[in-house]
Amino acid sequence: MEKLLEVKNLEVSFQTYGGEVQAVRGVSFHVNKGETLAIVGESGSGKSVTSQTIMRLIPTPPGKIKNGQIIFDGEDLVKKTDKEMEQIRGKDIGMIFQDPMTSLNPTMKVGKQIMEVLTKHQKMDKSAAKERAIELLRLVGIPMPEKRVNQYPHEFSGGMRQRAMIAVALASNPKLLIADEPTTALDVTIQAQILELMKDLQKKMGTSIIFITHDLGVVANMADRVAVMYAGKIVEMGTVDEIFYDPRHPYTWGLLASMPSLDSDDKKELAAIPGSPPDLTNPPKGDAFAPRNPYAMKIDFELEPPMFKISDTHYAATWLLHPDAPKVEPPEAVKKRLRKLSSNYPQPIIVKESE
Amino acid sequence: MLKYVGRRLLSMLLSLFLIITATFFLMRAAPGGPFSGEKKLPPEIEKNLNEYYGLDRPWYNQYFDYLVSIAKWDFGPSFKYKGQTVNDLINEGFPVSFFLGMESLLLAVSIGILLGVIAALNHNKWQDYGAMIFAVLGISVPSFIMASLLQYVLAIKLGWFPVARWESLQHTVLPALALAATPMAFIARLTRSSMLEVLSNDYIRTAKAKGLSRGQITVKHAIRNALLPVVTYLGPLSAAILTGSFVIEKIFGIPGLGSHFVLSISNRDYTVIMGVTVFYSIILLSAVLLVDIVYGLIDPRIKLAGGKKGE
Repeated sequence: MEKLLEVKNLEVSFQTYGGEVQAVRGVSFHVNKGETLAIVGESGSGKSVTSQTIMRLIPTPPGKIKNGQIIFDGEDLVKKTDKEMEQIRGKDIGMIFQDPMTSLNPTMKVGKQIMEVLTKHQKMDKSAAKERAIELLRLVGIPMPEKRVNQYPHEFSGGMRQRAMIAVALASNPKLLIADEPTTALDVTIQAQILELMKDLQKKMGTSIIFITHDLGVVANMADRVAVMYAGKIVEMGTVDEIFYDPRHPYTWGLLASMPSLDSDDKKELAAIPGSPPDLTNPPKGDAFAPRNPYAMKIDFELEPPMFKISDTHYAATWLLHPDAPKVEPPEAVKKRLRKLSSNYPQPIIVKESE
Repeated sequence: MLKYVGRRLLSMLLSLFLIITATFFLMRAAPGGPFSGEKKLPPEIEKNLNEYYGLDRPWYNQYFDYLVSIAKWDFGPSFKYKGQTVNDLINEGFPVSFFLGMESLLLAVSIGILLGVIAALNHNKWQDYGAMIFAVLGISVPSFIMASLLQYVLAIKLGWFPVARWESLQHTVLPALALAATPMAFIARLTRSSMLEVLSNDYIRTAKAKGLSRGQITVKHAIRNALLPVVTYLGPLSAAILTGSFVIEKIFGIPGLGSHFVLSISNRDYTVIMGVTVFYSIILLSAVLLVDIVYGLIDPRIKLAGGKKGE
């Protein structure tokens, strides 16, 4: 597998009146060509900041990339100037945002908003760009594209607008598509359609996708690999099977346990992770999840857990994987899913900090 | 669209009728009359004058006669300026005020928007602070002080422009500047705050994610959306500015319409009061209509009611 994007030890901070908020605290992951990586986590876990940093869309100041590398196609995006980034944004990396109602310019025709990408990056003339815009609208499943191309966003429904946004993002065949909660603002039936569309287009165009969401149901459906983020760090990362059938981090357990399933009856209350994420102006010592973690041990409050490698593709940062840790039982809802995966190592291996 | 404009014109006529009626009766309700001065006129002469101008007839006759003559665009003779009709006054004064007004409107809009955009794009940097200090000065310094200052510095000290009078294009520069200062500052502030709001919108981030440059984003995505509040403000502003400013016209000795506005009231010059009020109302109502039409052109979400595209 060839790596398209590799993020190494990325740290992003925001300077606010209350002090420096360390939104992303040393995140490393990669995306292979043609695959979908899902980043999951609650609000404030740093998933959106991570994705916007890849595009260099965070406002600086107050934002600042403090450390790390973003290697895209062999080049470090952190070192690029704004002018150089303009040649990458929209051309090699496309982005879809959460709220289709506000992500399109209300005073510009939808077709024109697609054409902008084409005239900028593909150097198309107006009529060619319009042809292509109509083609793209058809591709994303908008009926009567010849008519729709001349309409304004307010004449589109929410789902149609998100389709138009996808058309904008894919206009110049980007190698990477970043979808920042693209279905959160849509109702469930439309969500499924949009997800289908994205999968379908990925198959046709071979685009890699970073899919940011807090909906694990969507993850199972879309992703090849999953990274679970908490308090600005990746706490567990693995293939979809590894995350869903053999999760190791208590936070992942909590997320999986709080997912409603079809066979849960209505008498049982839906599980929730108690408490709220920590304030990242003063990140806690030790494991940031420890105060909310029913499995927390003394060491969790003292020392940050290292990354353990469970298989070639599966990583988790929790002391529970340490050989000296006591054996614990995951919650009932998670236990039901557990399966033995043959790719696992006999023992989790501690990954050195430098990696 | 045509249907909409037609309907708006009808409602304008109705508002105009209400304005005329209200002004007519308010004016009569004010004590004194056109011929009451420090020295009381002999009763016979006053009676003759009242008869001559028709002021002795019952109010309803006067009122309906006035409505009829206004419909014929005849505002009647002035009581104070002998031998001149109100139409004459307007025909002489308005072109001057209009020219001066247009000049300062153009100044105010172009420089105001430019300053506002620059300030917003450099939010919390020196350009922003500079433009806003300028704007606060423009808003808080009254136009007559601005006028005297401009006369003193640019005309008397530097000698670049004539001090006063209305003769050539050169003569128009200083009064236009003095008249434009306050609206310019206001437009700058309005544009800045509206620009800042627009720049924080999601679609600006989308535009950035497309790889558009800062300039392209500003010109194609931000300014158009930021101008809506400015356009709203332009309606009443242009009506006020085009019909002349009493103070500026007095200071620069400009034969415009503005002085008639103020003087006619203290003179109880009934026909002039009525004439200028009606004229001003017409300009104001048309400006507001124009703004509404422009609004619809700028923002497609605003459907002109009655238009056939209405949802």
